[in-house]
Amino acid sequence: MSDEQEIILSELNDEELVEQMFDDLYDGMKEEIEEGVNILLERGWEPYRILTEALVGGMTIVGADFRDGILFVPEVLLAAGAMKGGMAILKPLLAETGAPRVGKMVIGTVKGDIHDIGQNLVTMMMEGAGFEVMNIGINNPVENYIDAAKEFDADIVGMSALLTTTMPYMKIVIDSMVEKGIRDDYVIMVGGAPLNEEFGKAIGADAYCRDAAVAVEMAKDFMGRKHNSLSA
Amino acid sequence: MTNALSRLLETRDWLLADGATGTNLFNMGLTSGDAPELWNEEHPDRIKKLYQFAVDSGSDLFLTNSFGGNASRLNLHNAGHRARELSRMSAELGREVADKAGRPVIVAGSVGPTGDIMEPVGTLSHADAVEMFHEQAEGLKEGGADVLWLETISAPEEFRAAAEGFALAGMDWCGTMSFDTAGRTMMGVTSADLVKLVEELPNPPIGFGANCGTGASDLLRTILGFSAQGTERPVISKGNAGIPKYHEGHIHYDGTPELMADYAVMARDAGATIIGGCCGTMAEHLVAMREALETRPRGERPSPEKITDALGAFSSANDGTEEGAGSNVRKTRRRRMAED
Repeated sequence: MSDEQEIILSELNDEELVEQMFDDLYDGMKEEIEEGVNILLERGWEPYRILTEALVGGMTIVGADFRDGILFVPEVLLAAGAMKGGMAILKPLLAETGAPRVGKMVIGTVKGDIHDIGQNLVTMMMEGAGFEVMNIGINNPVENYIDAAKEFDADIVGMSALLTTTMPYMKIVIDSMVEKGIRDDYVIMVGGAPLNEEFGKAIGADAYCRDAAVAVEMAKDFMGRKHNSLSA
Repeated sequence: MTNALSRLLETRDWLLADGATGTNLFNMGLTSGDAPELWNEEHPDRIKKLYQFAVDSGSDLFLTNSFGGNASRLNLHNAGHRARELSRMSAELGREVADKAGRPVIVAGSVGPTGDIMEPVGTLSHADAVEMFHEQAEGLKEGGADVLWLETISAPEEFRAAAEGFALAGMDWCGTMSFDTAGRTMMGVTSADLVKLVEELPNPPIGFGANCGTGASDLLRTILGFSAQGTERPVISKGNAGIPKYHEGHIHYDGTPELMADYAVMARDAGATIIGGCCGTMAEHLVAMREALETRPRGERPSPEKITDALGAFSSANDGTEEGAGSNVRKTRRRRMAED
């Protein structure tokens, strides 16, 4: 069928290998990504460097093409699956080596809403960008968000809703956090098909995210600002 | 032509479908998160009232209260085992209302997505999906639905699985997808893709089209996309009544009855035969749509500019169908040979 030469990953130099891993992530090739991660580890790369340069680098391209309407959900899910394969190898090593923390997020759909495809996609894209994500699933009352954010030591709380009838609950969550004096401990991001920028502002969220790729960009942006303000 | 919808389509060149189900049920006291399908048993009077709204507003066709009535969705309410029964009830109530209408009104058995992503990307197998759709189809058939009505689908695999399940029940059907992501479905299907998909099925639908999605403008662009393919099949247009806005703790759709009347006439001019609303479309919208369809003459196929002038801007620059659309082209990358 194909006249292309089979590429032997271990024969590539570091630069070529990382570039090939970008392609393999883009094409959702999990085994190749796992192989690539293992080769880089054997060559003495720090786990954190593999995460940021090879995996997150590759997923950034996937995210950009998703945002621009070139890739759609099926391709992104396959890419995220490949990324996950690589992450499974790196995760214990990252913990051991005390790698810097990219950021932590709690995400779930609000009370009354059982539609979770969107937030699952955000979870995968956020993990693809190196974030640690605690996905608390569907139908979450206020306490679930607050408890999970505390327990997980989250930087970001994400709320998702697909229904116009459930999206007002996001405001209840934010208002409760304000009452408890913990609102400003977190960046609050909201998303879901019927939402818009205006709604996000009206309920007091920090950001409305049109899609998973935008969520990742905004989360990175917030974390960058947080690091700056801490070091200032 | 054995089904009531095909017979009606032989005598009419447009049909008015119904409006919102969820929005109306919430107005009657449904709480967020509850399964509307349970109301078929608990509050049959309210469900009949919902159907009656559509009939009294001039709809020629209404959808049953069974959108989330498949085993996978109902499982979230611990009622997965009741899929067939609850679907049957929704159609029985519909039959009762339609038969008293004094004119032909079609009972279309609503079938929504499973909510799961199918293999190989997701976890739901083709066989399981077919079984779920078949089960719901049998229930709707038992309850007396004239046709089945697949809606809000985004994945081609799921559209195919539903068609197969409907064939097992021996039911004729219609099917619509939601084009809400830059003019495509969430899974990347374009309007042109759906036309092709429909014709490849062994049991193609009576009519196909688009529902829900982003706003009336985007929906009409999708309808133009269907008719540009030269399809002979009736095209279905069920758009939302504008865009949801947050106002003092509540959500309301900003589309007025006047806007929906313009939308209905333009949908017909764009090539749609079965025209209705989706989220936010209430009785007053349907009345205005019916009146417009009856009194306004057919016009030329609307241009994209005419659509945006009347109904507002599109949500994206293009919908993935234009040739040489430029940016919407997947990059060609080096691909390694498969290792098997």
